[in-house]
This record gives sequence, structure tokens and C-alpha cells, in this order.
Amino acid sequence: MTAVLSKVDRGRADEARPRPPRRHRLSKLDTKVSPYLFVAPFFLLFGAIGMFPLLYTAYVSLFDWEVGADEPTFIGLENYKTLFADDQFWNALFNTFSIFVLSSGPQIVVAVALAALLNENLRARTGWRMGVLLPYVASLVALTIIFGNLFGPQYGLVNDVLSAVGIGPIDWQADTFGSHIAIASMVNWRWTGYNALIVLAAMQAIPRDIYEAAVVDGASALRRFFSITLPLLKPTLIFVIVTSTIGGLQIFTEPKLFEPSGGSGGGAEHQYQTVVLYLYQSAFQGLDLGYASAIAWVLFLIIISVAGLNFFLTRRAVR
Amino acid sequence: MRHRWVSVLICAAVSAAATTACGSGGASQSGDGKTELTIATFNEFGYEDLFKEYEAAHPDVKITQRKTGQGQPHHQNLFTKLGAGSGLADIEAIEEGYLSQVMSKSSQFNDLKEIGPAVEGDRWLKWKTEAVTTKDGKLIGYGTDIGPLAMCYRKDLFAQAGLPSDPEGVKALFATWDAYFAAGDQFIAKVPGVAWFDSAAQVFNAMHNQHETGYYDKSDKLVVDTNPDIKADWTAVTTAVSKGQSARLAAFSPEWNTGFKLGKFATKTCPSWMLGVVESQAGPENKGKWAVTDAFPNGGGNWGGSYLSVPKQSKNAKKAAELAAWLTAPEQQIKAFKAKGTFPSQVKALSDPALLEQTNAYFGDVKAGALFATQAKKVTAAQYKGPADGQIQETVFSPALQSVEQGKSADEAWKTAVEGAQKAAK
Repeated sequence: MTAVLSKVDRGRADEARPRPPRRHRLSKLDTKVSPYLFVAPFFLLFGAIGMFPLLYTAYVSLFDWEVGADEPTFIGLENYKTLFADDQFWNALFNTFSIFVLSSGPQIVVAVALAALLNENLRARTGWRMGVLLPYVASLVALTIIFGNLFGPQYGLVNDVLSAVGIGPIDWQADTFGSHIAIASMVNWRWTGYNALIVLAAMQAIPRDIYEAAVVDGASALRRFFSITLPLLKPTLIFVIVTSTIGGLQIFTEPKLFEPSGGSGGGAEHQYQTVVLYLYQSAFQGLDLGYASAIAWVLFLIIISVAGLNFFLTRRAVR
Repeated sequence: MRHRWVSVLICAAVSAAATTACGSGGASQSGDGKTELTIATFNEFGYEDLFKEYEAAHPDVKITQRKTGQGQPHHQNLFTKLGAGSGLADIEAIEEGYLSQVMSKSSQFNDLKEIGPAVEGDRWLKWKTEAVTTKDGKLIGYGTDIGPLAMCYRKDLFAQAGLPSDPEGVKALFATWDAYFAAGDQFIAKVPGVAWFDSAAQVFNAMHNQHETGYYDKSDKLVVDTNPDIKADWTAVTTAVSKGQSARLAAFSPEWNTGFKLGKFATKTCPSWMLGVVESQAGPENKGKWAVTDAFPNGGGNWGGSYLSVPKQSKNAKKAAELAAWLTAPEQQIKAFKAKGTFPSQVKALSDPALLEQTNAYFGDVKAGALFATQAKKVTAAQYKGPADGQIQETVFSPALQSVEQGKSADEAWKTAVEGAQKAAK
């Protein structure tokens, strides 16, 4: 009997395994493919409006491509070679980093401090919290024009105040460092409150009992802030720092509108011309799309590496 | 038509949108068998009523206007779509400041002598047509308006400095650039705290445009460093700056506006459209203080004005050229002048009573129309403009002069300017 059975069994085993019923197969397909279908819209859209322009820009950067010219000529990496030997580009890169450090640095410190204050038991708490968001709601263009007036070298209010307290007037247009401070203050004015709210949201997610335990152990408010709040804010801080790195290195509108005559030079001697402003000038005043594309790609790589660096530094520093 | 595109500061945002937002497709046959002609303009050309008039006279034509608020996005769109090879209107307006860039791409525009209707040869001022004629004799655009230069000055401040202040008396001060700067020396010695002119670039550009040869010679070779006229102008202007004749206010900046209000400078190079700018910036409180005279150092000059062109992309080029020729005829341009004040470039229109009788109340009821008609006739020839001419003026020389006003030495700034021009011309 066993022999018969085993024979039959062997025979079955030799046969191809029977195909599962149709319904079963569909549901298997469902579990395997559906997730991809669900995430596909994002990737399709990203491919069309994110990835394609990115790659096409890389392609264009290999040509001497003038807007309106008859035939773009392929020149390989020539644009990049010119770019790395271009003083104006290095100057723009320096300006960009200078403005970025002057804006993002103080901004994040102040945002965290502001969030800590807003986290206290204030009267009309919601009012204060919404209040810090007001600069963000105001139109960027209007804001920049107002700041441009405040920082006017000859008739600006800031210089009037500086003169009144005995510090001589600063030529906010001619002085490189002065112009960077003026532009950084516009950025800070607009973004500090926004970042403070993000940090505040993260602060409120920190469980109360940790603080209570610390109070019982006799930790001071300062100690609680540095030993509990900051470490637990780490993921949010990483987010805030990475986004402000990306935004800061792409700064354009503020320096563009800070130029009194409306040009894209970023000052008479490019004192505050940023990389994106130089990109814009190359593309739309110089009409040199190939060169502008090369700038765009180099900037893209710089932003990725700086954002990555900040990511690791923040992760390491705030433990 | 130039003043607005430089003056309004929000161009960044607008232009970013405009490169993608403006219109689609060229001319087409609409459903009712009419030919649809599109015309792309910026600011105000004063053509709205003229379109209705033309449509009434030509029942087979339907005109669609694409109007952009400012010049910059309009021209950006123009160059982008020239590159793309499609998407332009049948008639595209071109402003004088962008003309050099357009002329370097003249192969993409129709020769209006070839496809256009017969137009009387002396319809426009000679220099207006010269500027839009290619080296091999093709006509790329029909002239619309111009901006002849005169001198605006502050009567009250002139009197304060002991200078003559009536329109006839001041003419001697504005006879040559030497006389102009000499009067400036006299003025700033007498009136402390007030400069002679608003900005070095404003004076330099006018001086530079009077020479037969500018940044380029006729074979498109950059001659910035070898043309003695440019260096001479540079020296004259930067010397005046070092003496304190400049108010150091970048044109069309907020501080420049404040300078008008506070009366911080005594003279202004004044194209016809500048009267409106002066009036709105100096405001009613300074009414009666500004005057204008029909004199300009070393002759005349022009700043601004536009053309109508027909790109080769147009599928109805012949009909478009007919419309453009009609719009730029003296009779029509006078109507546009009445509608929006665009100063006509047509010889006949310059002796039209409507123009000659026009007065300006802010400038003491001066006969502004007649005054600028006189100035327009003083311009002798159009300077030859090379491919990057407009860019060199806007992004190289004007900022370089501004840097001198900010304290840089004139020699160093000159070096920067020459290098910048060479880079821009590459």
C-alpha cells in the first residue's frame, strides 16, 4: 500500500504544479503591483516636471546654446571649464554662502529660542503663535521693496538711525558685507517665525513626563532645555536645517529686487550677486542657455553636498 | 516706452511667469473665414481704437492683441519663442533697447521691403529707419514712436546758483558737453547739497549714443578699448563725478525717486516720455520748478521708442505687414499719440497741429510737442549697434559708472568695463 501510494505521490510530484485558481492569481498580482501603481502618479509627475528638466538641463549644458540662435553647437564640457575659471561665478558662490550663513545661522538659533518662549504659558498663546507667522504671509516682493527702501544708502531709515546713534552711515549697496547683512535680514524677517512654528510643533510632541522626571531630579530649566528639548528636537532640526540650506543657496528674489535699477547684476560690482542671480543673468540677459545650464547643474551638486553635510553634522552634533 | 520696464521693480516675478504664460500658436484661419492676425505689444501703444478702425475697413481680418505690461517679459518671450521656432504673434513689437539683439537674429524676421506694401521712402525720420535696416539692406521693422532728448532743469535752483534760468538763456549752458560740465562746476560751488545731474550712467549713455561709432564698428568688431570717443566720454563723466556733480542715484531706483522729491539734482537728460516721470516723481509740491528747453549738448539724441516687426514664423506675413504698415502711417500714429502720448517717429506727424499744439502744464505750459519735434530733427544718424550692444550698456557700463559713484577709481572701473564688454560680446 505504501508502495502504491508512494508511486502515486511520485507521479504527482513529477507533474507540473497545478496553476492556482484565477482569483488567487489576480489577488497575488494585486499585492505585488498595486503599491507601485499607487505611488506611480508621484513618480510620473516627478519624472515629467522634476527629472526630465534636470536631465535636459544637463544635456543643454553641453552646448553653446544661445536663445534664438539657429543651431546650438556641441562643445562638450567647455561650459564647465569656462565656469570654473570665471571669477564672477566664484564671487557669486562666495556671496551665496555668505548670505546663507548670515541668514540661516541666526535664524535657526532665534527660531528655537522663539519656539521655547512660545511653548511657555503665555496669555493669548494662539495670538502670539500666529503673530510670528505674519512676516511669512506678507508678499515677498512687497517686503523686499520695503527693505530696499529701509536700506537705501542715501535716504534710508536704517542709515538715519545709525547716524543718530553715532555709527556712520553704511553704503548698503556698495559695501559687500553691508549688502549681505541687508539681504540676510530680509530672509530672517520672513523665515524665522515660520521655522519657529515648526520647531514649536515638535516641542509640543515631547512627552511631559520626561520633564517631570527631570524636575523631580532637580534639573534647572536651562538644563532641561539642553538635555531634553534639544536632543528630542533632532529630527525636526535636521528638517529645518536641510530645507533652509536648500532655500538659502537658491536665494534669488531678495538680491534681485535689492538692485535699485532692477537689473540682475547684484550691485554695481556684483557685491551681492548670488549664483541663481548669475544664472538668471546668463540665461535671460546674456541669452546663453548652455552656460546657465552649467551653472544650474553645478549649483545642484553644491546644494546636494551641503545639505548632506549639514544632515550629518546635525545628526552628530545633537545627540 | 523704456521707462516703465526699468522703473517697475516687480519684473522678476512677472518675467518668470511670462516665459511660459504668453499665448500659443501663430496666425490662423478662424471659423468664419476671416484671417486672424495677432499683434504682441507691451506697455501702451495706443492702438486699441485703431484695430477697430482697421477691422471695419477690412472685414476679412480679425485682430487679436497680446498685451504684456512691461517690456522685459515681452522681449524675453520674443527671444525664447524665436529660439523655439514657433509661438510668436504675426506682428511683434520691438523696443529700441533690445534692437541690437534682434538685429543679430535678423534672419528670423521678414524683410518688410520685400513682403510689405509700398511705403513712401521718407515716412520715418532717417535715423529711425537706419537703425532697423540690416547691413545688406533689409528692413526688419516699421518705426512706431521715439524718445527725442532735451534737457530738463530746475529753474529755481539755477536762479539760486546765479545761472540763467529762462529757456532761452540756459541754451548756452547746454550747447556742448564741455559747457554743460563747466556750468556744473559753477552750480555745485554755489548750491551746496545739490548735485548737477542724477546719475553718471544717464549722462554717459546720452553722450555715447551721439558718436557715429559706439561699442562696435560696422564689421561687428568690439572697439570699446580702442574707440577714443568712449574713453573721452568716460573721462569727462567720471571727472564730473569726482568733483561731486553726480547725485549718485541709480536711475529708476526708489532713491532716485526720492531725489526728485527732495530736489537733489538740478538737471536731467530728458527724452519726451521723461516729462511724465518727472511729474509723477517730483510731485505737485514741486510744480513750476522744473522746466525743459529745446537744447541738448552736442546736438540731439534719442532714448526709447519701438518698432513693429513680422517674424518669419508668421503664416500670414503679407497681411501682417499690411496691418503694420497701416498702423505706422503718420495719420494713425498721431491718433496713437492723442490716445497714449507715444511720440511719433513719422516726419509728417511731427508737423501735425495736434502734436505742435500739445502743452505740458507741469513744465510751465511749455509747448512740449513742438519742442520735442525740434529735438527729433536734430538727431543726425543712428549709431551702428553690434549684437551685444544693449547688454553692454545695461549690464557693463552703467554698473561700472555706478561703481565709480560708489567710490571706485575711474581707471580701475574702466578696466572692469572693458573686460566686462569683452565677456558680454563673446
